[in-house]
Amino acid sequence: MDTLVVLKMVPDIVEELTLAADGRGLDRNQARMILNESDDHALEEALLLKERHGGKVTVLALDAPELDEALFAALAKGADRAVKVTGAAEGLGTRQAAAVLGQALEREQGLKPVDLILTGVQAIDDLDGLLAPLLAHLLGLPFLGIVNQVSVDGSARKAIATKECPAGFQARFEVDLPAVLGIQSAEKMPRYVPVGKVRAAMKSRTIELLPAPPAGEAALVAPELLRMKKPEEAGHAEFLEGSLDEVSEKLCEILSDRGLM
Amino acid sequence: MSQSSSATLQAESEFTLESLFGSPEGRKILTCMQCGMCAGTCPYGDMMEFPPRRIIATLREGDMERVFTSSGLLNCVACYACTAKCPRGIALTEVLLTVVKEQVLLGLEETPVELQKALENTLRYGNPMGESPRRRAAWAKDAGVPVRILPEDPRPTDVLWFVECYGAYHPRGVETSRATAKLFHALKVDFAILGNEEKCAGESARLAGEVGLFDALMEDNMAIFQKYSFERVVTSGAHAYDAFRYQYKDVGFRYPLEHTTLFFSDKLDQLEPLLKKRLDSKVTYHDSCTLGRHNGFYEEPRRLLGAIPGVELVEMCHNRVNSICCGGGGGGMWLDTYYKSKGYERLSERRAKEAIATGADVLACSCPYEISRFEDALKVLGHEEMVVRDVTELLAEAMGG
Repeated sequence: MDTLVVLKMVPDIVEELTLAADGRGLDRNQARMILNESDDHALEEALLLKERHGGKVTVLALDAPELDEALFAALAKGADRAVKVTGAAEGLGTRQAAAVLGQALEREQGLKPVDLILTGVQAIDDLDGLLAPLLAHLLGLPFLGIVNQVSVDGSARKAIATKECPAGFQARFEVDLPAVLGIQSAEKMPRYVPVGKVRAAMKSRTIELLPAPPAGEAALVAPELLRMKKPEEAGHAEFLEGSLDEVSEKLCEILSDRGLM
Repeated sequence: MSQSSSATLQAESEFTLESLFGSPEGRKILTCMQCGMCAGTCPYGDMMEFPPRRIIATLREGDMERVFTSSGLLNCVACYACTAKCPRGIALTEVLLTVVKEQVLLGLEETPVELQKALENTLRYGNPMGESPRRRAAWAKDAGVPVRILPEDPRPTDVLWFVECYGAYHPRGVETSRATAKLFHALKVDFAILGNEEKCAGESARLAGEVGLFDALMEDNMAIFQKYSFERVVTSGAHAYDAFRYQYKDVGFRYPLEHTTLFFSDKLDQLEPLLKKRLDSKVTYHDSCTLGRHNGFYEEPRRLLGAIPGVELVEMCHNRVNSICCGGGGGGMWLDTYYKSKGYERLSERRAKEAIATGADVLACSCPYEISRFEDALKVLGHEEMVVRDVTELLAEAMGG
């Protein structure tokens, strides 16, 4: 039961985000990067599967600031292998990132075959689609998203993925393996890894470097980003006060004044 | 987590009895006569599967795995009550419990979520709240008096004021910091802060068992101290005081050190003439575990309070060495939900009831954890007519203006 977890670093919104001078993206010198939260859940789910079924967990990510800390933390938590794809252009869109990762998976010995590919269902900086379905498409594998539980049968040929649906429903899907799953949340909170263990991993483990393959023909054209803006501050809400009749009357007035009624 | 995997964890963090007994303090553990005073005095002793006495008994049997796989040590709020009462003078809190809690934290199947978040935040942002480290000194801009920030103005200073996380970020902590700045200013103290370069001193992480995190913070803070020139360190963090005095010293912290309460107490002759406004309050003082039991500073805060015109000081039934912990030490700040899920009484409520019983109007403290804990406890108990104030806040109020 071998699992590949694709991780991504995203801007940390604890720090104030500033726009780059050209207004077409974030100022990358000001932003701090942090592991995408649902990717952390994907890693946790992979580690839970490893504890139940054995096998190996490999984490794979495109190079980014502060990525090494996240990869060493993954190794300290129980991942067997950490691979960093280096030399790709900075700030790739999701489609381009999927193309680079897909090529890396096809070309690099030992990354495939794999039984499951897990990644976070989304990231806060996904502007042009989600990674998991794009990757599944490029690799010709089945995909399920918004997954919050995965169980695998003994032969590792099929998995049951529980998926969150609207109106509070949970749906269980059977999927043939290998497959790509977009993880919304793991079955439990991602585990804590003490700093001492991360530091020990930094001393005793290595991150494998994989030069980014050319995205090739598989690369889909990325949409052109014209301008990025901070949300504008809008006026404050107006509270209508009075009896039900008075409030209804005021509401009708406002709507008709604005030509909405 | 299975037995075998926790055995692996144990090997990775290199716990051995030899390392525990490698120091004179560690060897002293063997002098335990199993009197049980530690368990009896522990505020959560009746909920603890392995109070210090039983840990030592199990250690003698050579079966520490049983202790390490019990989550009961999460109930230790590192209040030094056991240490203060141990007739053999064994350093239970500093030596035994810290070593054991490190192993417990490593072996926990699930770390309580608030504690985990606080530890992760402290590593990433240098504060347990998860606030931006770039805003650590933001409070100083409207302190009411000038507060020099060393990274912006690195001239030598007399006092390096180590504000600590609650003083820098928590809304009530910030009020205490403003009061402290006002006192420094009134006493014409040459002081400055580390601004955004300061990081959590880490003592609560250490006493929660996250020794690796503590070591990382200690390295960072020591490197920052070495960048600047100052005569002494004064901190508002009672736990930071402990960290510097007992832990940072091992990595070269040689600066004269004071807690703000002690610093102002030393300057009472200068301060007293400035205390012109009558407060006309009945005040009871809560001895913090670190300043009180661990360091023996019982009279300094009381002298300060006694110098405020119109203050009548009354004592709670447990005071000085017998003071009851607010429940915030040793990671307890982030274990309230966990304790509640176990059905325990919150120690801050137990203590606030004692404060209410004195008939006081004001509950005075000198550790930044206590203010929010007691304010919350008083809300829960429905006794909001009692106010909680840091000693420095009462002094600043008595200065008027």
